[in-house]
Amino acid sequence: MTLAAVLFALGVAGLLVRRNLLFILMSIEVMLNAAGLAFVAVGARWAQADGQVMFIFILAMAASEVSVGLALVLQLYHQFESLDADAASQMKG
Amino acid sequence: MFELLFLVPIIPFASFIWLATVGSRTSRNAVAAVGVGSIAACTAISLLITASYLAAPPAGGAYIQVLWRWIAVDSFMPQISFYLDTLSLIMMLVVSFVSFIIHLYSAEFMLEDEGYSRFFAYMNLFVASMMTLLLANNLLFLYLGWEGVGLCSYLLIGFWYQDNANGTAAQKAFIVTRVGDTAFAIGLFLLFSHLGTLDIQELMHRAAQQWPIGSSLAVVASALLLGGAVGKSAQLPLQTWLPDAMAGPTPTSALIHAATMVTAGVYLIARTHVLFSLAPPTQLAVAVVGAATLLLAGCSAVVQSDIKRVLAYSTISQIGYMFLALGVGAWSAAIFHFMTHAFFKALLFLVAGMVIQALHEEHDIFRMGGLRKDLPYAFWGFVIGGSALAGLPLITAGFYSKDLILWQTWSSSQGSPVLWIAGMVGVLLTSLYIYRLIFLVFYGEKQMEVSHRPGWRIKLPIVVLCVLAIVGGFVNIPKALGNVPAFTNLLHSALPQAAERQGTAITETLSEGIAAISFALGLALAYLLFLKKQSLAESMASAALGRAIHRFWFADWGMDWLYDHLFVRPVLWFANVDRNDFIDSFYIGLARLNELTWRALRTTENGRIGWYAAGITAGTVVFLAIVLWT
Repeated sequence: MTLAAVLFALGVAGLLVRRNLLFILMSIEVMLNAAGLAFVAVGARWAQADGQVMFIFILAMAASEVSVGLALVLQLYHQFESLDADAASQMKG
Repeated sequence: MFELLFLVPIIPFASFIWLATVGSRTSRNAVAAVGVGSIAACTAISLLITASYLAAPPAGGAYIQVLWRWIAVDSFMPQISFYLDTLSLIMMLVVSFVSFIIHLYSAEFMLEDEGYSRFFAYMNLFVASMMTLLLANNLLFLYLGWEGVGLCSYLLIGFWYQDNANGTAAQKAFIVTRVGDTAFAIGLFLLFSHLGTLDIQELMHRAAQQWPIGSSLAVVASALLLGGAVGKSAQLPLQTWLPDAMAGPTPTSALIHAATMVTAGVYLIARTHVLFSLAPPTQLAVAVVGAATLLLAGCSAVVQSDIKRVLAYSTISQIGYMFLALGVGAWSAAIFHFMTHAFFKALLFLVAGMVIQALHEEHDIFRMGGLRKDLPYAFWGFVIGGSALAGLPLITAGFYSKDLILWQTWSSSQGSPVLWIAGMVGVLLTSLYIYRLIFLVFYGEKQMEVSHRPGWRIKLPIVVLCVLAIVGGFVNIPKALGNVPAFTNLLHSALPQAAERQGTAITETLSEGIAAISFALGLALAYLLFLKKQSLAESMASAALGRAIHRFWFADWGMDWLYDHLFVRPVLWFANVDRNDFIDSFYIGLARLNELTWRALRTTENGRIGWYAAGITAGTVVFLAIVLWT
């Protein structure tokens, strides 16, 4: 659980600090896996299969999220010739 | 046959819907066919109903057709129902027939106009509303038609809306009649709250039972209805809108502002005559308003220079005669004059439209002249219509109807010699101004070339109306000439006869003789001043006193000036001063506050994904903290 908490905190920190889109996506993956790890650990602790079921859900969700996210990144790269997240700030109010 | 009655307002209304929705995308021929055809059908049904009424009158002299209940609130249950007695029968027949004639005329007259289908849509809506007004069995339904014709009047005065002046004239007509309509509405509230119904026949019955003659409630209620009638019929003191209403197309002026809508006030008073009989002071007021209006408008008509404004003042003056007749209890004489007036005034307007179109939209009669040979139809139309208007003895319709009014003004128990003299002076003025118009337009030197020759759809209506302007009076022939009062006899089932005064000094024949003399005097004066010795008229108009009177009459006795200074300017001034009152400041402050909030919130929307993620994280942390520590 401590490992999961540390991983999650690292993911959040990466998300907030990084400006490269690929690193942001990776940070999100780290956060998802931290949550998955927490589920598995808790499932093992109480000897229940639910934790592993949840982890498979998370895995499926993460795969689809990455495919959509990478497609968006590709489009943004075409548009702005850069992977900087702040380059795509034209829709500010 | 009577079951078809509901079709009379429905057909023009259906045609209005069609013209308003798809009319602008169809050909002009189709628009004319539908626009004129619907009124033709309406006229045909009116004729059928009239024939069957004359053949076999319904029991009690009235037919009632109930369609459905309109509203039901407690004891207030007005119905959508039509009431047909001889009064509404005659009005329906005359209005539908004159409408048909004028629609046929407009089919050619408006052909070059880009708003062709719009024009017919408004005109059909007008006919539908007018029929509702005439046939309604309760005052609320009548009020619906009343407002409907007001709306169409507004739309058609401002028909050529690109010109700002037309829009102003339309607004003036709408606002001035609104003054009268408000009085009418208050009258309806008063009647309902005291008598508990708005069904006209039931209302008259209860009023006659519950209110004694001269009771203050009857006086107030009838005075409020009179206010409505005065506004709609352009009588003193609300007559100022009608001359400006001439900004509309000429067929509109002929139909709405001469033949039909402006006589709605006359119809209203005739319809509620029981109420007016209960209130002698109001009835006297009706007569005085009529007499004063016919004199004032007659004087104004003598000095106008715009051909349509002369006719507009003439209309005001003739409706003055109808009010005079209503005021002395000569109900059927008023309706008789309404009918003949509808014929000859529609004729005069249609002919005036023909002249105006032939002369490149020229309205000024001093720039016309010598058109006798070039426009024979217009000339004879004007001579016949003008003679009928002035009351050329024996052969024109106007003579019979006007003399019936004048005689009853003298002989009725509510009449008086003063009113009679006013009527006689009015006859002189009428023949003076109308022959002045004819002499100036058709005689003298030719000043402009005729550019446009009318086709059959303009000529035919004029010929038909010429015939009616002559024979329309033969339905009611006075005692001295054979005594065939068919028209008044027909109306007696709906309207009572005027009570005769005993011991009058003059007879009916003498009254007619005096009217003929004052007609001839007016004609001679017009001939002298405007044909034989124009220099005399000019020297009269250029003398200091003459010029002052001329200017005064030309400006409608200064009424416009008075209203402008009394009402319009103070209101505008106050609106200007009061532009930033506290209510406005409150709402402006509210708008400012919103704007500030928006500026503050806008800065958070910076488009940087890192900030948004941080925002979400911070929000989650705060939320978790709240959940965990409470």
